[in-house]
Amino acid sequence: MIEIRNIEKSFGDSKVLKGVSTIFETGKTNLIIGQSGSGKTVLLKSLLGIHKPDEGSISFDGRIYAELSKDEKRELRTEIGMVFQGSALFDSMTVEQNVGFPLKMFTRNSRAKIQERVDFVLKRVDLVDAHNKLPSEISGGMQKRVAIARAIVNNPKYLFCDEPNSGLDPNTSTLIDNLIKEITEEYNITTVINTHDMNSVMEIGENIIFLKDGVKAWQGTKEEIFITDNEDIVEFVYSSNLFKKVREAYLKEHKALSL
Amino acid sequence: MWKEIFNKPTKWSVMKTLIFKEIDDLIIGSLGIVAFISFFVGGVVAIQTALNLTNPLIPSYLIGFATRQSVILEFAPTFISIVMAGKMGSFITSSIGTMRVTEQIDALEVMGVNSLNYLVFPKLMALLLYPFVIGISMFLGILGGWMAGVYGGFTASTEFIEGIQKDFIPFHIAYAFIKTFVFALLLATIPSFHGFYMKGGALEVGKASTVAFVWTSVTIILINYILTQLLLS
Repeated sequence: MIEIRNIEKSFGDSKVLKGVSTIFETGKTNLIIGQSGSGKTVLLKSLLGIHKPDEGSISFDGRIYAELSKDEKRELRTEIGMVFQGSALFDSMTVEQNVGFPLKMFTRNSRAKIQERVDFVLKRVDLVDAHNKLPSEISGGMQKRVAIARAIVNNPKYLFCDEPNSGLDPNTSTLIDNLIKEITEEYNITTVINTHDMNSVMEIGENIIFLKDGVKAWQGTKEEIFITDNEDIVEFVYSSNLFKKVREAYLKEHKALSL
Repeated sequence: MWKEIFNKPTKWSVMKTLIFKEIDDLIIGSLGIVAFISFFVGGVVAIQTALNLTNPLIPSYLIGFATRQSVILEFAPTFISIVMAGKMGSFITSSIGTMRVTEQIDALEVMGVNSLNYLVFPKLMALLLYPFVIGISMFLGILGGWMAGVYGGFTASTEFIEGIQKDFIPFHIAYAFIKTFVFALLLATIPSFHGFYMKGGALEVGKASTVAFVWTSVTIILINYILTQLLLS
């Protein structure tokens, strides 16, 4: 579980996060949504320790990040897996070397043991024929899967994903969403996903945090998003006609059932 | 930056591989162009000297002497380092800059890897072999001068070799290698700095490479002046 309390962050005169507090639950897919410039990326980077919050605290299962020693922070980082928006695979390494990188860096495992784990994780993300290919030789969807494999290879307790579906077709997006959800449940990870994609929200949103102008404007589940009266989130999520119609149909059916 | 490069070192088994890769990219990969430039510029120095020796009182061993002095004192350490600021420097800046743009450096940091140590330290270690490149450059420069002088009909082989041996001061070799060592540090760090701290996209990677080349060259020329003043005057 990750708990953030009253996080504030400014860049110059611009206050990007204005006292955000929430809990990201373990074993669930926690989604941060909001318009561009709402502070999603800054919040995610604050969780990752890339940005230091001006105010407030972040605690990882009771360990307050700001109070940890350098060594404890380093240790905590080895418990974190991250899937970047552009995958961020090392282009000079093959798929297999990319996935095995955290193990090679942070464990004393033998070569055979590392290989065994890499094979297992690549199989888990449905990539069995790409071991010796370079990232430039595989598709965007495959790159995302390699990034997920690299993020989970070291058995992380916390998984962060920044726009995991950007640039992917709807079919591959759903596959990636479901893969993240399955892995979250399977390994009981605290997963935090930063996304714009409403399909992901509807597909895997177990705990959704909506940010508006640096403030938490709404929090709930994918089911609650249909029935909420919060104008900000209704305006954001149902800006497309398709989602408007889906919501109307859902509410109609819901009303009919309750009658 | 310097402190971070040596702070929290990467696991030796990983670092070893990185150092060998950098030796291959930066040192072995530069040998061809260094050999080519050195051989022909050495030849040109010999021909230019020969063509300017119009007075019959001036002994023709001076062609060998001038070639040796030019190649050892300036051409190999300084001129080749400026060429390397373009070749190695732009490679270093663009490879690190691309890693910055594509979030690969962020990925290293998030994993808990000291990215400056991981990326810059192997380059520094690889460039400890840079004097070896300059040694080859010196040899090939003088060889090029000898071939151009002898086979171009400007001097006899014995006279050229006499010139190479004439008034030889061993400290000049030490001076050249001290310069080379300092230039190696500049070649590894200035382009790395420009790549690592760059912001923006692909266009900025190109700009950072150009800026890195300019700054590395300017610094090499200034340091060359200071070291020459300190060591030879």
